[in-house]
Amino acid sequence: MMSGEGNKTKPPGTRPSLFLERQSYRRHRLTDAARILPFLGAALLALPLLWPDPSGGDAAVPLSSAMYYIFLCWGALILAGFVFGLAARRMAAREGSDTGAE
Amino acid sequence: MSRKVLLIEDEPNIAEAIRFLLSREGWQVETHGDGTDAVQVIQGARPDLVILDVMLPGKNGMDILRELRKMEELAGLPVLMLTARGQSRDREMAENAGVSRFMTKPFSNAEVLTAVRDLHAQATRL
Amino acid sequence: MATINVLILVCLAYVVFLFAVAFAADRMAAAGRGKWLRSPVIYTLSLSIYCTAWTFYGAVGNAARSGLEFVTIYLGPTLVMVGWWWGLRKLVRVGRSQRVTSIADLLSSRYGKSNTLAVCVTILAVLGGTPYIALQLQSITLSFSIFAEADPSGLYREGSSVFWVAAGLAVFAILFGTRNLDVNERHHGVVTAIAVEAVVKLFALIAVGVFVVWGIAGGIGPMMDRIDASEIGQWNVDAGRWTTFIFLSAAAFICLPRMFQVMVVENDDEGHLRTAAWAFPLYLLFMSLFVVPIAVVGLDLLPQGANPDLFVLTVPLSQGNDWLAMLSFIGGFSSATSMVIVSAMALSTMVSNHVVMPIWLNTQEGTGSVSGDVRNIVLMARRVSIAAIIALGFFYYRLSGGGAALASIGLIAFAGISQILPALVGGLFWRRATRTGALVGLTVGFVLWIYTLLLPGMGGAWMPESVLQNGLFGLGWLRPHALFGIEGIDPMVHTVMWSLSLNTLAFCVASLLSFPSPLERLQGAQFVNVFDHSVAPRGWSGSVAQSEDLMIMTQRILGTGPTQEFFQAEAQKQGGRSHLPEPTPGFLNRLERELSGSVGAAMAHAMIGQIVGGSSVSVEDLLAVADESAQLLEYSGQLEEKSSELSRTARQLREANAKLTQISEQKDSFLSQVSHELRTPMTSIRAFSEIMRDTDGLSRQEQTRYAAIIHDEALRLTRLLDDLLDLSVLENGQVSLNLSDDSLRSVLDRAVPSALAGADRKITVRRTRTAERIFLHTDLDRLGQVFINLISNAQKYCDADDPVLVISAHDVGGRVIVDFIDNGSGIPPGARSMVFEKFARVGGDKAGGAGLGLAICREIMQRLGGEITYLPGQGGAAFRISLPQAYQQAAQ
Repeated sequence: MMSGEGNKTKPPGTRPSLFLERQSYRRHRLTDAARILPFLGAALLALPLLWPDPSGGDAAVPLSSAMYYIFLCWGALILAGFVFGLAARRMAAREGSDTGAE
Repeated sequence: MSRKVLLIEDEPNIAEAIRFLLSREGWQVETHGDGTDAVQVIQGARPDLVILDVMLPGKNGMDILRELRKMEELAGLPVLMLTARGQSRDREMAENAGVSRFMTKPFSNAEVLTAVRDLHAQATRL
Repeated sequence: MATINVLILVCLAYVVFLFAVAFAADRMAAAGRGKWLRSPVIYTLSLSIYCTAWTFYGAVGNAARSGLEFVTIYLGPTLVMVGWWWGLRKLVRVGRSQRVTSIADLLSSRYGKSNTLAVCVTILAVLGGTPYIALQLQSITLSFSIFAEADPSGLYREGSSVFWVAAGLAVFAILFGTRNLDVNERHHGVVTAIAVEAVVKLFALIAVGVFVVWGIAGGIGPMMDRIDASEIGQWNVDAGRWTTFIFLSAAAFICLPRMFQVMVVENDDEGHLRTAAWAFPLYLLFMSLFVVPIAVVGLDLLPQGANPDLFVLTVPLSQGNDWLAMLSFIGGFSSATSMVIVSAMALSTMVSNHVVMPIWLNTQEGTGSVSGDVRNIVLMARRVSIAAIIALGFFYYRLSGGGAALASIGLIAFAGISQILPALVGGLFWRRATRTGALVGLTVGFVLWIYTLLLPGMGGAWMPESVLQNGLFGLGWLRPHALFGIEGIDPMVHTVMWSLSLNTLAFCVASLLSFPSPLERLQGAQFVNVFDHSVAPRGWSGSVAQSEDLMIMTQRILGTGPTQEFFQAEAQKQGGRSHLPEPTPGFLNRLERELSGSVGAAMAHAMIGQIVGGSSVSVEDLLAVADESAQLLEYSGQLEEKSSELSRTARQLREANAKLTQISEQKDSFLSQVSHELRTPMTSIRAFSEIMRDTDGLSRQEQTRYAAIIHDEALRLTRLLDDLLDLSVLENGQVSLNLSDDSLRSVLDRAVPSALAGADRKITVRRTRTAERIFLHTDLDRLGQVFINLISNAQKYCDADDPVLVISAHDVGGRVIVDFIDNGSGIPPGARSMVFEKFARVGGDKAGGAGLGLAICREIMQRLGGEITYLPGQGGAAFRISLPQAYQQAAQ
């Protein structure tokens, strides 16, 4: 909404192209991040497979540590998803108001 | 001079009444009750006048009249047509077919006699 | 101890509360209020039907057995949700733009509207879904029995309680899941109730968790120590199972019919995914946060051999915290019920749309027409399907005995339903994926799943030990748990690996080898490039649409009444200036949704597209029209019926018009004939009366003769007028019948002499008097009139030298048949159809009748409930009359 207002108050001819380019760049960056997210998550969750196997005689990882690790990863994923969702919403709202103004 | 009228009528009582009227006027009356061979009968009888009913068994009076009018020797034959249907359409049709006089039933005897006399007078004057 | 009776009471109160919530939500949605019903929070919470009783109770049990492995079931969906930009976004967009009703519908739609494929998916889903429903019922019973054990005084019987639970769930699902007449409508009531249940189960689990961590263990630190000290205190997870289960749960999350129902079908706004993408994983995280602590404490506190699956209940109970246990019970109850309800709804949609309706429409071929009742049939099919599916789950539960075989069914069902994944993902991302590929892949995966997992899991009756040990037909490489001789893999991992990889391989190879139909290719392009083709929910710009055309079309489908109601309501909504609404996009969308309930979504779309015309008809619509062939096949019979009905009506109108013209002509000709018949005797009367008046000197003989003629003709006139009057009375139906009883013989006895009276040359009448001993209950005078007419006709017209009339009578099953056959030359064939018409006279003879006799006979016979016909081929003139032995009012 804010940017929509700003756009209107700008005098015509003051290079809106740069702004748009930057916006689309941001959007691409955002979608890329969103796409990477599940793979990042999968990699993080696959990591425990490398932990020592207690049946092999190595010192086992205590379950509490494993829990901390997994729930932290989980929380991080959720947080990243939340941030991305927020950004995507703002992006959609901005695009919506822009097209609405034109 | 004998005057001959040919009456083509399928109702025997009507035929009898007309025969009675005309024979008293000195006409020689021949009757025929069927439409199918009516044209041939007319050709053979060579009457001075034909009284023709419309609703005839075998062939319609209108068709008989049309055929008569196509024949050279009978084209000028006076034809008095009688019909019980009495619609104006029938009268038109009869006139188109070349009728000499058209009358609807029931008629008064005087009308018939007048019509016959007129038609005969016209024919002989020619 | 809380008594079982209190528990049942609480349980019932909770159910009543859920009904009330669902009812209120439906009411609010119908009234157009309650925007929050469509909020992302409700959407997210509705996704929680993923957490069934199996996860509510079973997660703790699983943790008690294998540590953190349980978490995989939640991690899979988390990854899917977090990666929504890749998959779910597309799935939801496709689902909404194609207006699909189920996952089976989605696949069939993608692969050229193949109903075969839809049926396959439906079977797979029902096969996997039924045991799963049984599992939920089992969990409810188990949790009940925990309380029953503690309270022996309670009136608790396992069998009946499960039955009532199942019945209640069916009622709920039917009431709120099939309430909307419109198939595409969202089920706000159900979704809201599920959201409430989601909150309840989360709250219950967290409450138990908090109680365990802070109430029993004494805080987080001591809890963690306790965990590490327990028998599951070490990270000891099988790598194969870990990855497989994450993958499997992710796949099932997408493929499960109930998940598809809440995620795609019930989705109101694509934007909700953005919120659910992080909120639902958060929900799952909270669901699993306290699982390990509860498991560890349960292992500590409860005696050896206690069922870890019920720790959530038994731990609070053992500490005397009955109300917490009850809350936990309600949580488990919520998980079970919400899953059963949505599952039954989703499965019933598939069963009714892809199995029941095609069959029903096939049996209806050529009879029904598309009208409002199709919608009712759809709804009825769904209701019955819901009841049948829940009943199936119930019987499965009773038959399987609710034993351990059920406990493993959760993952087995996951593995089964995941066989859809290759076809689904391929359909969304690979344009050249074909129907054949999907069918082959699905079949391969399905068969492998049954062979390696389902049958061995069901025990010896289904899979003999010899096959398990030595393979099918003794072939070692066909052992169900060691395909191709690769041994030592966990059976679950083994099945998932082989079935899904071979499924995918078969899908790809068959897709590459087969050639898709044009429709499939177009549909494929639409699915894969859905973001290029579609604007979220496609709207209509109906400036050129003609409301009247729309109304005519709608009437054909919904029937007149509902259509007019709908259009009037819409017109009023728009301000009500005219009786027809303006074709605004909103109206068109609502109309389309209305229609799709009857004829299917794509068809409704196409039909409106045709009328709305130019601006909105895209390749997509043309495609939809063309590609609806499958559905069209189902419905076209009925549409054809409709259009043939229209042309039939038009023909009938033309015929009626011709008949009217004919009647008018008949009236003219009747009048002219009446005129003729009246004028003819009058001519004679007039002529002879004038003769008698005007002619002098008529002989006495002549006078008598002419007077006789006048008399005869006057009689003829009277007769004619009598007949005309009689006929008009008969034709107008004003005649009152004078019913009496007598034998046919005496009717004929009276008729014959009076018909022959006064004739100069009598015809010989031959009768078989014994056969005439038939008793009649009818108007005997009228019947006699017919007989007299027929006999005197024969008398008048029979032209034989020695005229004979044979009258024969028969009684054929309550109908009396009397034939009148003379030995004359009969009626020429050309005139036979005419003899019963008024003034019809064969030949030109004027034997005194006006030609109304047979017409009157025909009318009389009709009045008496019989008929009169001419019998050809009898030598002479032959008439047959037939009439019921006893006159009946209805016969009129």
